[in-house]
Amino acid sequence: MSAPNKSYDPVEVATLKVEYLKEVVADAVAAFAKASTGDELKEARIAHAGDRSPLSLANREIGALPPAAKAEAGKRVAAARQEMNEALAVAQERVDSADETRVVEEERVDVTLPVHRRPVGARHPLTTLRERIADLFIGMGYEVAEGPELENEWFNFDALNIGPDHPARSTADTFYVAPVGSGLVMRTHTSPVQARTMLTQQPPIYVICPGRTYRTDELDATHTPVFGQVEGLVIDRGVTMAHLKGTLDHFATSMFGEGIVTRLRPSFFPFTEPSAEVDLKCFRCKGSNPTCRTCGGQGWIEWGGCGMVNPKVLIACGIDTTEFSGFAFGMGLERTLMFRHGVTDMRDIVEGDVRFTTAFGMEI
Amino acid sequence: MKFPISWLRDFISLPVDVTADQVAEALLRQGLEVESVSHLGEDLVGPVVVARVLTVEVLTEFKKPIRWVSVDAGEGEPRWMICGAQNFLPGDLVVVVKPGAVLPGGFAITARETYGHTSNGMVCSTKELGLGEDHSGILVLPEGSAQVGDDAIALLNLKDSVIDLAVTPDRGYALSMRGIAREVATAFNLDFVDPVNKYELTNLATSIPAAIEDPSGADRLVLSSVTGWDPSSPSPVWMQNRLALCGMRSISLAVDVTNYVMLELGQPLHAFDAEKITGTLRVRRAQDGESLETLDHVKRSLIGDDLLIADDNGPLALAGTMGGLASEISENTNSILLEAAHFIPAVVGRMSRRHKLSSEASRRLERGVDHELPRYASARAIQLLCQFGGGVHVTSIDIDRRTPTSVIEIDPSYPSRLVGFSYSAQTVAQHLRAVGCVVEEGSTWRVQPPSWRPDLTLPEDLVEEIARLEGYEKIPSVLLTQASSRGLTDAQRTRRHVGRTLAEHDFVETLSYPFHGSVVLDQMGVAAEDSRRNLIALVNPISEEEPFLRTTLLPGLFATLKRNLGRGAKQVALFEIGSLFFSEDFKPTTTPGVDRAPSVQELEGLIRSIPRQPQSVAGVITGARASESWQGKAQLTSWSDAIAIARTVVEAVGAQVDVRAAEMAPWHPGRGAGIYADGVLVGYAGEIHPRVLKAVDLPPRTCAFEIDLDLLGSSRSRVAPLFSTQPPAIQDVALIVANSIPAAEVISALKSGGGSELESIELFDRYEGEPIPAGSISLAFTLTFRAPDRTLTGEEVAVMRASAVQEAMKSCGATLRG
Repeated sequence: MSAPNKSYDPVEVATLKVEYLKEVVADAVAAFAKASTGDELKEARIAHAGDRSPLSLANREIGALPPAAKAEAGKRVAAARQEMNEALAVAQERVDSADETRVVEEERVDVTLPVHRRPVGARHPLTTLRERIADLFIGMGYEVAEGPELENEWFNFDALNIGPDHPARSTADTFYVAPVGSGLVMRTHTSPVQARTMLTQQPPIYVICPGRTYRTDELDATHTPVFGQVEGLVIDRGVTMAHLKGTLDHFATSMFGEGIVTRLRPSFFPFTEPSAEVDLKCFRCKGSNPTCRTCGGQGWIEWGGCGMVNPKVLIACGIDTTEFSGFAFGMGLERTLMFRHGVTDMRDIVEGDVRFTTAFGMEI
Repeated sequence: MKFPISWLRDFISLPVDVTADQVAEALLRQGLEVESVSHLGEDLVGPVVVARVLTVEVLTEFKKPIRWVSVDAGEGEPRWMICGAQNFLPGDLVVVVKPGAVLPGGFAITARETYGHTSNGMVCSTKELGLGEDHSGILVLPEGSAQVGDDAIALLNLKDSVIDLAVTPDRGYALSMRGIAREVATAFNLDFVDPVNKYELTNLATSIPAAIEDPSGADRLVLSSVTGWDPSSPSPVWMQNRLALCGMRSISLAVDVTNYVMLELGQPLHAFDAEKITGTLRVRRAQDGESLETLDHVKRSLIGDDLLIADDNGPLALAGTMGGLASEISENTNSILLEAAHFIPAVVGRMSRRHKLSSEASRRLERGVDHELPRYASARAIQLLCQFGGGVHVTSIDIDRRTPTSVIEIDPSYPSRLVGFSYSAQTVAQHLRAVGCVVEEGSTWRVQPPSWRPDLTLPEDLVEEIARLEGYEKIPSVLLTQASSRGLTDAQRTRRHVGRTLAEHDFVETLSYPFHGSVVLDQMGVAAEDSRRNLIALVNPISEEEPFLRTTLLPGLFATLKRNLGRGAKQVALFEIGSLFFSEDFKPTTTPGVDRAPSVQELEGLIRSIPRQPQSVAGVITGARASESWQGKAQLTSWSDAIAIARTVVEAVGAQVDVRAAEMAPWHPGRGAGIYADGVLVGYAGEIHPRVLKAVDLPPRTCAFEIDLDLLGSSRSRVAPLFSTQPPAIQDVALIVANSIPAAEVISALKSGGGSELESIELFDRYEGEPIPAGSISLAFTLTFRAPDRTLTGEEVAVMRASAVQEAMKSCGATLRG
C-alpha cells in the first residue's frame, strides 16, 4: 500500500485510470458470465470482487490521493463496482436457478410408492350414525337424553302401558336380571328414557334418545340380541300427528336423501295411540322391482314405529294431559345403517372385524 | 290370518274387477298388515272334471305297480288312463284332467303312450291341483259332493287368491272373515250386513249342568248339546277347501265345523264327546298338582293360575287354548257338547305362554273376542253339525257373568286437534259407525264401542279409528322445531371426543356384547375381592357360559381381537366405549302403580333401584405398530404404546395426567401403570401379563388400557394461556440416577428445582452401560428456560439449571454426568 500522497496533486495512479477500470470490469463480467455453477461463480466473485481483487486494490489507492482527486477517483471506482455487482447479480440468479433445477431433478422420487404416516383408525359406523342423528335433531332444537341399559321394569314396561301380562314381558323376549323377581331387565327399547325424561323435566320436551337395547334373539343375518335404537319424544302444547309426520319426513330426507318417500301405516303399540309404522319407499327400486333385494319386492321398507303418546303413559309420567300432547318414534339403528350403506348381514355390524369398521372411517 | 278372496265375496258384494292386490292394499292402508298375497291356479287351464272310477286293472310287469284305469267323465265313452297311485277303488269320485289342460306349475297334459297303453289324461292328487302339499294319493271326493262331469275348477275353487294378514294385538276381530269383511266393506264403501244377524240360538234351557266358578277367568259360557250325530259323516268339500286355503288341516266334521266357524265369525269353539263328561261342566282354575293330557299328546302339569274346563272327574280342557285327549270326539261319538265361551284375554295369554302352547283359539282369545259371539257362533256351528252330520240340537244354555262396558266420551273436534287434520263432525260419526260404534251426538259425544272392539277404551283409540279410515296419507306433514336446545351435554361431548381421539390414533372402534362368564375373570387373574367380581347375572342369558354382565370391557375386546387375528389380521388396535354393570349401589324398591305419576319418594326409589353402570373406555393393541414396508422394519408394539394412548385420552379432556407404576390384573406387574387425571386414579394401562395372554390365547406382548370415563369426568374448561414472546434459553443436562428411580420423579425434581422460568423438560436420551456404573442409568434432558418479560442472561440460566440439578441430586440421588 502506498503512503498518503501529499506531494503530488493530482497524481496519475495507473490502477485508477479509466481504461484500467474498464478492463477490470470487463474481465469480471466475462468471468461471471462464464460461471455455470454456484461454486464457479463463487470463485469468480472472489477473484473479481473479493478483498484482493483488482478493483479492491484499486480502491485502496484512493486513500493516498490528494483530497482534490479523491472524489473523482471514488466516483470512478464506485461506478465500476456497481457495474460489476449488477453483472454478478444477474449471474447469481442464473446459476441459482440452474442449481435449483438440478437439485430438484436429483431429488425426484416415485410418489406412487405405498405410503402411510401411520395406520388408520375408525369409529364404528353405528356410533357415527348415532351422532349424525343426534346432531340433526339438536339442530331442530332437541336435546340428547340418556338412561341406563339395565333398567327397572317400571320404566321399561309399566310406565309405557305394557301391563304385567303383556307377551313382551316374557323371558322369550326380555333379558331378566337375576334373581327372578328382581324387577330389573335389560331395556328392550329406548322408550324407558321417555318415561325418565317426562318424570324429571317440565314440558316442553324435545329429546332424542339413541342407545343400546336388548332382546333375547339369537344372532343371525337380520337379528342381534344387542342392538341400537333411536327414540324421539316431543311433549308440548298442541302437538299433532301432522307434526310427527313432518318430523319423520325431515328425518328420512336427512338420512336417505332428497326424494325419499315415507308412508305412515296404522299399527299398534301399547305406548302410542294413534300408532303407526313408518315405511320408506324402497330407494333402490322405487317399488318397481318384484325381485328387489332391498325391499323383497314389497316396494316399501319398514323403518320404525311411531305415534301420539298414549295418555296412559302421559299420566304415569306426570304430564298434564289437558294441557299437553306429544309424539314419539323409534327406529332401529342397525336397520338404518343397513339400508343406508348396503350392509347385508347383521353379523358384520356385530362382530367387530376391523375391515368392516375401517371402511367407514370417521364419518358416514 | 290367511283367507281366500272367494270367501270374502260371500259377505260383501265386492265388484268383480277388484283384485286381491287391491283388497290387500286397502287393508294395509287401514292398519291390517299384509304378509303376502298369493294367486292360486293362476296358470291353471281346464278341462278338469269330476269323474267316477269304472275299472282298475293292475299292470304287474313293471318295477312298481301301475294301474290301468277307466273313468266315466260324463262323456258317454269311458276314458282310459295310466295311474301310479293306489288309494282309490272302482266307484270312487275323483278329479280327472284331460289332454289340453295345463296344471299349476305349467304342467301341460297330453295324451301319451306309456306302459304300453295310451293314457288319455290324469287322475289328480291334491298337490297336483295346487290345493295343498298333500301328495299321499289321489283326491277322492266324498260321495254326493259332486256330479260326474262337473267342472272341478269351480267345484274345488282351484283359481283363487289368498291374502295372509298379520294382525296386531289390538285387532282380534280381524282374525275372522266377519271382521275382515267389515274392514273391506269400509274401504270400498260397500254395504255390510253383519253375518251373525242370520244366526239365533234356540232351544235355550237350563238343563245342562254347568257353571262359571271363576268369573275372573270367563264371563260367558254357552253350551249346546247335539245328539244322534253320525261320526262317519265327512266334511263337505267346500269346507275342507276353505280350511285348506286358510292354512288349516281337515280333521273330522266336528273339528272342521268348529274351526270353520272360528275362521268365519272369530269365536273359538270346542266340541266335547258328551258321553265322556260326568256331572257338572265348570269353568274353574286348576289346583296345583292336577294334570291334563292335551290333544297334542302332551301331559301337562297344571298350576293354580291355569283356567280349565272341568267336570266332576277333573280337567277336560285348557280353557280357550287346547282340548283334552280324553274327551275328544272319536269315531264312536254320537252326542256332542259344544262349548263357546268368552275367556278373559290375560288369563288365556298367561296360560298359553306358560304351556308354550299358542293355538288358533288362544291367539284369538288373547287379543279379545266379541263377548256377544258365543251365542251366534254356537247357532252357526249347530246348523253345520246338524246339516252335515245328521245331528239334532237338543238344548243350549247361556251363562252370562259379564259386567257392563263403559261409554267413551269424546269432543267431536278432538280428532282434528290431535291429528292436525280437519275431520268434520259428519266424518267422525261416519267412521265411528263404520267400525260398529253407537254414537250419541251432543256437546260431547257418547260413543259405545261394539262388543267386538274391546280395544276401544279411550278417546285416542277412537281418534285412531277415524284417522285410519279417513287415511293416514291425508295427514299433512308439518315440521316442528323449537329453539331452546343447549346442545350436547359436557359428558356427551367428552365421550365423542374420546372416541374420535382414539380413532385418530389408529384405534378401531368395536361394540361387543356386554356378556361374559366368570372364567375370563379367572383367566385375567382378577382377585376375589376385586370389584370387577361384583357381577350381575341374567336369568335367561343367550349362552349359559356367559350369564354375567361385564364389569370390564377387556373380555369383549380380547374376543374381538382374537376374531380379527383368526381372520388374518396382524396388527390390530381396538377400542370400545360402553357401559359396565356392577352389583353395587342399588336398593330394591316397590313398584308404583301407573294410574298416576310416582311420588318424589317413589321416583327416587325407582332411580336408586338400578345398579351402578359407569361408562368405560378401553383398548387393546397387538402386533406391529406399523408393518414392515419399503420404508423400514416393523416397529413392535410395547407397553409404552398402551400408556401413551391412555395419556392421550386423559390429555384429550384437558386433565393433568400422571402415570405411576401399579400392579393390577390383568396387567404385567412390572409393565403396568395406574393412570391419574388431576391426581385421581382413573384407570390402568400397559402390557398384559404373559400368563393372562397364554390363558386367553392372545399373542405375547399384547397391551391394553381401560379408563373409567365417569371418573375421568368431562372435558375441563380451558383457560387461555399466558405465554412469553421472549427468546428461550436451552440447556442440556445429563444425570446419573439409580435405575430404580422412576423417570417421573427425576422430571418432577428438575421441575421444582428449575423454578418458574423452566418452561419444559424433554427426556432426549436414556443410557445404561459403560461407563455408567451398574445399577444406574444416565438420563439426558433438554431444559428450556424462558422469562415472561426479558431475555434471560447466561448467568441467570446457569443459576436456574444448577438449581434444577441440585433438586434432582437432593431428592433422587442424582449425580451430574461429567
